[in-house]
Amino acid sequence: MIDRIALSTLALLVAASPAAANRVFVSNERGNDVTVLDSETLEVIGTYPVGARPRGITISPDGKELYVCASDDDLVRVFDPETMQETHTLPSGPDPELFVLHPSGNPLYIANEDDNLVTVVDTKTHKMLAEIPVGVEPEGMGISPDGKVVINTSETTNMAHFINSETFEIFANVLVDSRPRFAQFNDQGSKLYVSSEIGGSVSVIDPATQAITKKITFQIPGVLPEAIQPVGVRVTRDGSRVFVALGPANRVAVIDGATDEVLDYLLVGQRVWQMGFTPDDKFLFTTNGNSNDVSVIDVAAMKVVKSVPVGQQPWGVVVAPN
Amino acid sequence: MIRIFTIFLAGFCAMAGTAMAQQAPQTTVRAAVLRVDPPSLPPISRLDARPGDLGFAGARLAIQDNDTTGRFMGQDFEAIEVAATPETAGPELQKLLGQGIPFIVVLADEAQTLALADQAGDAALILNAQARGDNLRGADCRANTIHVAPSHAMLADALAQFLMWKRWPDWFLVEGSHPQDIALAGAYRRAAVKFGARIVEERTYEDTGGGRRTDTGHVQVQAQMPVFTQRAAEHDVLIAADEAGVFALWLPYQTWDARPVAGSAGLVPRSWHPALEAWGATQFQNRFEELAIRPMREEDYQTWLALRMIGEAATRTQSADPAKLREFLLSPAFEIAGFKGQKLTLRDWDHQLRQPILLTTGSVTVSVSPQDQYLHQSSALDTLGIDRPETECKFRGQG
Repeated sequence: MIDRIALSTLALLVAASPAAANRVFVSNERGNDVTVLDSETLEVIGTYPVGARPRGITISPDGKELYVCASDDDLVRVFDPETMQETHTLPSGPDPELFVLHPSGNPLYIANEDDNLVTVVDTKTHKMLAEIPVGVEPEGMGISPDGKVVINTSETTNMAHFINSETFEIFANVLVDSRPRFAQFNDQGSKLYVSSEIGGSVSVIDPATQAITKKITFQIPGVLPEAIQPVGVRVTRDGSRVFVALGPANRVAVIDGATDEVLDYLLVGQRVWQMGFTPDDKFLFTTNGNSNDVSVIDVAAMKVVKSVPVGQQPWGVVVAPN
Repeated sequence: MIRIFTIFLAGFCAMAGTAMAQQAPQTTVRAAVLRVDPPSLPPISRLDARPGDLGFAGARLAIQDNDTTGRFMGQDFEAIEVAATPETAGPELQKLLGQGIPFIVVLADEAQTLALADQAGDAALILNAQARGDNLRGADCRANTIHVAPSHAMLADALAQFLMWKRWPDWFLVEGSHPQDIALAGAYRRAAVKFGARIVEERTYEDTGGGRRTDTGHVQVQAQMPVFTQRAAEHDVLIAADEAGVFALWLPYQTWDARPVAGSAGLVPRSWHPALEAWGATQFQNRFEELAIRPMREEDYQTWLALRMIGEAATRTQSADPAKLREFLLSPAFEIAGFKGQKLTLRDWDHQLRQPILLTTGSVTVSVSPQDQYLHQSSALDTLGIDRPETECKFRGQG
């Protein structure tokens, strides 16, 4: 009830102010809930139950539907981002971990970690369109900016699978370093970044030729090489900066999108996992699973400006587009 | 809804950064798992009874995993499962060698593992998935053997680091009377020296034979164990070295002094535990349990890992040529993910797989070693076990 009042107050504020703040949604894997933050005040708006073991989280391009992988419910749960009330569920296949939405908002491509499948679901009809067999422990999901190519990474097979987003056929497989976790295109579609958690590297792949053009590795003074485990990857809209969450190294690496060279390491919370930009690329939010907080990075200044306590074991984060 | 079954034929491979236009022709990588089952008494706890598919279940999961990757690479994997007795192990190995199987995962005791390695010679690479004796990594090391199972020294060091972190440096060491118990106790003595602990009292628990489990077992134990542990020097923890599984499980709560038990009972160092959930292990445990309908044991994990190492070598070299795979496995380029939060690699001085060790009780993982406080110039994992300067291993043909 208190949350609702807070929400409606905020809604009034938002309506009154043209420089609208965005809502930031953080999935808490152990808390079975989502913490909602305000991207301007960086205050917690509320915490809402979302089902068992929420991990992957994303939002529709129109900002009207929030999707959460409820891994232990074997479902994708869909919420109204304004009210945080569940509107419906989507069939996801078993143990959904990460997913990616087509740039048009439909369909949703979901990695089923327990079943070596990628499940494709129509977000309008709520029907399953296809199940695509991939490698062992599918995890990372990416999609090209034109929506034509879906990437899935399989953690034990150590490959990035290139999938035609319409025919659902795999047309290329690129072997990368151990335990590929995440796949992210730049908005120009000229580079695909695949992080390898155990291999400790990020492979830069030319999507046109599926060739690895560079393997980015990381050295941080005072941090054991074993602790450097790249997971989440995000790229600024102009493609100039790439941010890589380094897991138990408690750092986010900043990479020059043109030269693929590491520019800096930013100290964040413990076991940094996934990240999300505000729509204007002003802030980047990182989930820190072991310190139960979110670090806020000022993207232009390349500085951590704040950490905000959230729920138990924050995993994923997405910022509303409007 | 369409299920896409034909994509693997349509798919093509991209290797070493270059997309290949055609699927490579199907090649097969052959291996075997040779398990030697000595005649033995039932374990103290019926929960510890050996499942019939011990080790083999891990092999089946590894082959599934390897084949899933192999479909994209044009590679097929197989592992022949052989259960032998100590008497039939030699002839069974000969049969496998006769079939030209180049990789043999061995689940056997120290003496048998060594004998099988010598019998195999240059004909096959042995992957030791059970025997923990330090001698196999030291004076008795063999160039044709890779140790996937952790050594006694690694397990003892893993526990010692944790006990020192707890500031429990005074140990009461109780060892069994079997040779493997004595070897394990030696590893604890070495660990005490290495990490600055003191063994303040040592006793030997003689195995006088007989059943380990009787209807009145616990009644006897309740009288015997307090007496056996009575009037020991002041200690922080009792460490049991009972590789043969004769007495250690009876120690917790039955000691004279109110002290925790570690080693072969209580807090036990292991390569694997079915309750581990960190580092993506949950999915791995689920896959295994779906296949085997039971929790994963260390022997299953070690066999899985051994066959995954072969699979990884085949993937990375894009080859089924045993010589190439062997060369890659023993090269600095080799690394494997094993659901332990970091890459696992091989020590070139004794072919031991570096790996974190889980410190476990019956139902949880209490801690994982190496502990953060123990640093090393090359790999924190080398704070566990026999490091390069201390090794007694000299592979034949090397200085």
